[in-house]
Amino acid sequence: MTGTGRFLVAFLRRDRWHYLWWALGATLLYYSQAVSVKGLYTTQAEFDRAAASMQDNTAFIAMAGPARALNTIGGQVMWQASAFGAVVVGLMSMFLVGRHTRVEEESGRDELLRASAVSRHASLTAALVGSLLANVLVGALVAVSLVSFPLDRADSVAVGVGLALCGWVFTGAALVAAQLTSSTRGMYAVSGAVIAVVYALRAIGDVGDPVLSWLSPIGWYQAMHPYSGLRWGPALLLLGLAAAASGAAYALFGRRDFGGGVWAARPGPDRAEPSLTTALGFAWWLQRASIIGWTGGIALLGLAYGSIGDDVGTLIGDSSGSQDVFVQGGGSLVDGFYAVAIAVIALVGAGFTVSSALRPHSEEESGRVEVLLATGLTRRRWLLAQVVVTIAGTLLVLAGGGLGLGVGFGLVTGDGGRIGPFLLDTVGYVAPSLVLAGLARLLYGVLPRWAYLAWAGLGLGVLMVFFGPLLRLPGWLQGLSPYHHLALVPAEPFRWLPFVALLLVAGALTAVGLVGFGRRDLR
Amino acid sequence: MTFVNEAIVDISGLTKTFGTTRALDRLDLTVTRGEVHGFLGPNGAGKSTTIRVLLGMLRKDSGEVRLFGGDPWRDAAHLHRRLAYVPGDVNLWPNLTGGQVIDLLGRLRGGLDEERRHGLVERFELDPTKKGRSYSKGNRQKVALVAALASDVDLLVLDEPTSGLDPIMESVFTEYVEQFRAGGGTVLLSSHILAEVERLCDRVSIIRSGRRVETGTLADLRHLTRTSVVAELARPVTGLAELPGVHDLDVQGERAIFEVDTVRIDEAVGLLHRAGIRSLTATPPTLEELFLRHYGDEIPAADPEREADGS
Ligand SMILES: Nc1ncnc2c1ncn2[C@@H]1O[C@H](COP(=O)(O)OP(=O)(O)OP(=O)(O)O)[C@@H](O)[C@H]1O
Ligand SMILES: [Mg+2]
Repeated sequence: MTGTGRFLVAFLRRDRWHYLWWALGATLLYYSQAVSVKGLYTTQAEFDRAAASMQDNTAFIAMAGPARALNTIGGQVMWQASAFGAVVVGLMSMFLVGRHTRVEEESGRDELLRASAVSRHASLTAALVGSLLANVLVGALVAVSLVSFPLDRADSVAVGVGLALCGWVFTGAALVAAQLTSSTRGMYAVSGAVIAVVYALRAIGDVGDPVLSWLSPIGWYQAMHPYSGLRWGPALLLLGLAAAASGAAYALFGRRDFGGGVWAARPGPDRAEPSLTTALGFAWWLQRASIIGWTGGIALLGLAYGSIGDDVGTLIGDSSGSQDVFVQGGGSLVDGFYAVAIAVIALVGAGFTVSSALRPHSEEESGRVEVLLATGLTRRRWLLAQVVVTIAGTLLVLAGGGLGLGVGFGLVTGDGGRIGPFLLDTVGYVAPSLVLAGLARLLYGVLPRWAYLAWAGLGLGVLMVFFGPLLRLPGWLQGLSPYHHLALVPAEPFRWLPFVALLLVAGALTAVGLVGFGRRDLR
Repeated sequence: MTFVNEAIVDISGLTKTFGTTRALDRLDLTVTRGEVHGFLGPNGAGKSTTIRVLLGMLRKDSGEVRLFGGDPWRDAAHLHRRLAYVPGDVNLWPNLTGGQVIDLLGRLRGGLDEERRHGLVERFELDPTKKGRSYSKGNRQKVALVAALASDVDLLVLDEPTSGLDPIMESVFTEYVEQFRAGGGTVLLSSHILAEVERLCDRVSIIRSGRRVETGTLADLRHLTRTSVVAELARPVTGLAELPGVHDLDVQGERAIFEVDTVRIDEAVGLLHRAGIRSLTATPPTLEELFLRHYGDEIPAADPEREADGS
């Protein structure tokens, strides 16, 4: 295996910040649950009552997992964080593996390395080991943070180990996907679908036939029952599957060509339809798949929230502390709950907005823009077309979320009358999301090296919505988040002033970005 | 309106820096209507940078750049309708087929000649139904070449267009460029393939470290280098050593071996003639020698970093 060590060192160096951020994110996910549960209930009796009402909420079980020992902090942490934690390490593994397999092959850099004196499998092995190590780091940090909380030692270690093993399984799956497909996007689509199916299997299993949960690695992780009768058997299942998947990836690797995949790319049309060959048509085509995927995903998220119906009281428990969180605006508890749900949907949807606004950046980085702009297409028209598609896509994604919310609510309560209002409430969040898009445009046009900082804008929005009021952060700091200014619909009445003001800010940022892009060197 | 010797590309004193790297240093370049102009130089000399300034992708620091008499930075898109550009490393969209890319680029440029498009796809043996990444390097290059050669334009800007093409495809390319020139088109061709340059180019400009070091027809350039001479004479030759332009002279009795600057060959042969020529071989410089002279270290070396990373 000559060269593996060299590759590994290079990968670890390149990825060190990724490792750190993913590990901190996952740790925060678990640790913050422990902190918030501890602060929410003042007496054990209150805790017991809340736990009893949560135990029967099918929607929550479907989202999180089997309800076990919910009247303990450990039980709550495992319940609230483990399924999402597994998804997080799944995404991390997918991106880490993708970076060093398909992305490298697409860029052609890997070809140079492979041609130098290294063994055929060197970069594959290094990608595998790198991702395994990243998962170990995540698991270790989670375990250490829970032990230090303090929660029961053996159970906390099991939470970390199980999480890392889930990551190992997803690493193996991503590695297999990288051999099957012939493009980065294809690989991410397959890996993402695996994560979604694994998550969905356990969701259906947990509320219905338990056999299905036993078909899902996330189900195995949760079947380790930390803090409620720990057992290690399922961990062996995870280990075995991770080994099998990685082995399969090696076998497939030997059977495919460099730059290709086991699945041959399907041929397509030999001519372009006229709609593709205009600036706007091309921009739409470029982002179409991503818009459809995000709209579908957000609609499902909305459906999940909506299906909680108007039974919100039992869900939140009767502790005055937790009710306060939702009734900031002074409306009813149900409206308060949906105001938060809509804000969450909007923030998740902003993930689309920011990545869509950064699309021109990745197009330029991959060297595909030059040939386009060497035609009669002006820089301004090219970028403007992308702006239009981002706006349209954001509206579609938000509408999908609002519609899902309303439909879910209607299905459970039999009251379809809220579909329209929920839809409008959700779409109203287009204004702060477009401010983030404007930030991305500004950075892209003026400081392209720093374009990815636009994600920090979204991070700030998320932090302020969830922790701003909780941590009583100063108003000016909360005000930095564009989401802070909007009325919390439907708990508060919609206000036009901040909505229009945010749109104007978004427009101004975009305009500066457009002008900047017209004046700078292409990279 | 058009007249002979009209400059399609006219660059003078062009300077472009990237941070502390001076990529172009008072560069001059003129391409006149109807010629195929070879643009040569070692890796990192600044060829691609010049082309990217010419296409309005990069902003010049100083100097004059005219394309079709216009300003390529201000009127980029307008001027681009009259030209087609092929980069040396073509990146395609993963989900777009080659045929779709050809149509996309062609239509954004203002239209394709359908018949020529069809012929090119056939001659280049390109499968237009494959998608981006499933093309090999050479086939990606062909996609951009078909899109460019099938467009109705006045100027082709080609930056190492044949990198990755096999020899048969190279000759197809050469054929179409000749056809394009015969139709009155102008070509700016950056290339490292000397056979291609020799076959296609009417004039060449050689640049090094961001400056033009030579320009002219290949015959002109040959003229600037040395010819190797081997002569068998009736009697020992005199005066040859004193003649300016004679190098590496080696006289063994009636046999003289030397190199002479091509501009001085007449005087040198005159001296030989007086000594009675029995046999004479005069070898003109090969193209390789010509370029090695310009690329090699006779000219002060550029800073090592610029030599190291090209593209
Ligand atoms: N975007 C950039 N940023 C910084 N330096 C650059 C950039 N583009 C080019 N350079 C530098 O400018 C110099 C000229 O590069 P250029 O690509 O024009 O060379 P070239 O003549 O095309 O070489 P090759 O024959 O290898 O294609 C090199 O030193 C290169 O490193
Ligand atoms: Mg170059």
